[in-house]
Amino acid sequence: MTERQETLKRTPLYDLHVRDGGRIVPFAGYEMPVQYKLGVVGEHHAVRNAAGLFDVSHMGELTLEGPGATQLVDRIVTGDAAKLEDGRALYTCACNEGGTILDDLIVYRRGRERWLIVCNASNRDKIAAHVGALTKGVCSFEDISDATALIAFQGPKALAVAAKVGGADLASLPSFAFREATLAGVACTAARTGYTGEDGLEIFCANADAARLWDALLTAGKEEGVAPIGLGARDTLRLEARLSLYGNDIDETTNPLEAGLGWIVKLDKPDFIGKSALVAAKEKGLSRRLVGFEVTGRGIARHGYPLLDSSGAVIGTCTSGSPGPTVGKNIGLGYVPSSLAAIGTELVVDCRGRKAEAVVVKTPFYKRPAR
Amino acid sequence: MSNVVSDRKYTKDHEWAKTEGSSVQVGITAYAVEQLGDITLVNLDVKEGDTVEAGKAFGTIESVKTLSDLFAPLSGKVTKINKDLESKPELVNADCYAAWMVAIEGSVDGADLMDAAAYEKLLSTLDH
Repeated sequence: MTERQETLKRTPLYDLHVRDGGRIVPFAGYEMPVQYKLGVVGEHHAVRNAAGLFDVSHMGELTLEGPGATQLVDRIVTGDAAKLEDGRALYTCACNEGGTILDDLIVYRRGRERWLIVCNASNRDKIAAHVGALTKGVCSFEDISDATALIAFQGPKALAVAAKVGGADLASLPSFAFREATLAGVACTAARTGYTGEDGLEIFCANADAARLWDALLTAGKEEGVAPIGLGARDTLRLEARLSLYGNDIDETTNPLEAGLGWIVKLDKPDFIGKSALVAAKEKGLSRRLVGFEVTGRGIARHGYPLLDSSGAVIGTCTSGSPGPTVGKNIGLGYVPSSLAAIGTELVVDCRGRKAEAVVVKTPFYKRPAR
Repeated sequence: MSNVVSDRKYTKDHEWAKTEGSSVQVGITAYAVEQLGDITLVNLDVKEGDTVEAGKAFGTIESVKTLSDLFAPLSGKVTKINKDLESKPELVNADCYAAWMVAIEGSVDGADLMDAAAYEKLLSTLDH
């Protein structure tokens, strides 16, 4: 059961996870908590109803600085990075020349020619190599991942709790904006971003300060029900919000258009890596789409399960699936032929030989209520 | 340490087996429940009258995160299945030593199973 062959890394919050009853599993080269005492469902509800703390320090942080940095970031990603103002961030992706996805990213414009790129932990080496090579002779490049902690604080009560530890002004941050802040005496960068479908923050700080910040937020939010949240609930929360998981829903065999990420691809931009391939793919017509489905029969769809049409023929694959604790249904994502992607289309999920009926539905499965 | 009760026998796959009349009820242990988390589905591949074979899967149990096979602790004819679990899988979380899944004709005596002490010893060797 345990994978001990490779040397696993630990984030600066590891000791706190163990202290708080986190069950530790190997994930993307790190020893990470998959759940704490509340369990996956309890943690999921804690985030939807109050707020939760996630250690995402394993994610990669890359910085680019100097004349040419902005133009380069704009060439690397599919979105309009060059149009961002200082203090604004963008959810986007980096493609290869073939137009398939190297990683999904958030890029932060810190200044006129100063950028931070946050990538998935599993892709850190690949993206650092890709971006690092492109910066040669253009601008400075640094992989600051190992020195940087990242805490996601997500849920309807997150901003109110942050206000208690010195972050009162963060409530005025627009979505996808960020600024320098001091929370519980810790110098940090707070961004109004997240991966749960809830309001909240993602907070960068130095490794040495991470435990202090984590515990300050946990203590300040005790009354509100703030809890530490593991990878398990992180997955169910993001799936309900239909946020893609690299390695499951998107990878180097999928392009962002078929993955439903057309909104982050600006084909009218002068150029970016992968643009010509994506233009060609769009002109040709997409052969498949990533759709959301509800399992109406008895079964839970899981990553890798075949999707069948009503005649029983295999037509696609489930890329993510689990019970959705807030929506109260078993939900999933999967690639199907474009002709079977319409909402209401009936599918069958082959759950290890058991056939469970499913229907294509509108996504996100969960949208947070206006408060 | 997970709760182990002394009135029944155990498999290395974390099922329990308890003689009730002329049959053996089968469920999963507290350790298994702890590993799985919130149980969301119990799927039995057998019906009353079918025969199961010791060590072979007779169904699956799923939690939010994962899926696990259910292995028969002994060979024999299925005398009864617990239909309550079909609509109320959370009964396994509530009391795993009461939430039996199938009953198999026979007795735990003579079956190749661990007693509570041996099972506790196995658990003490597992990574927690």
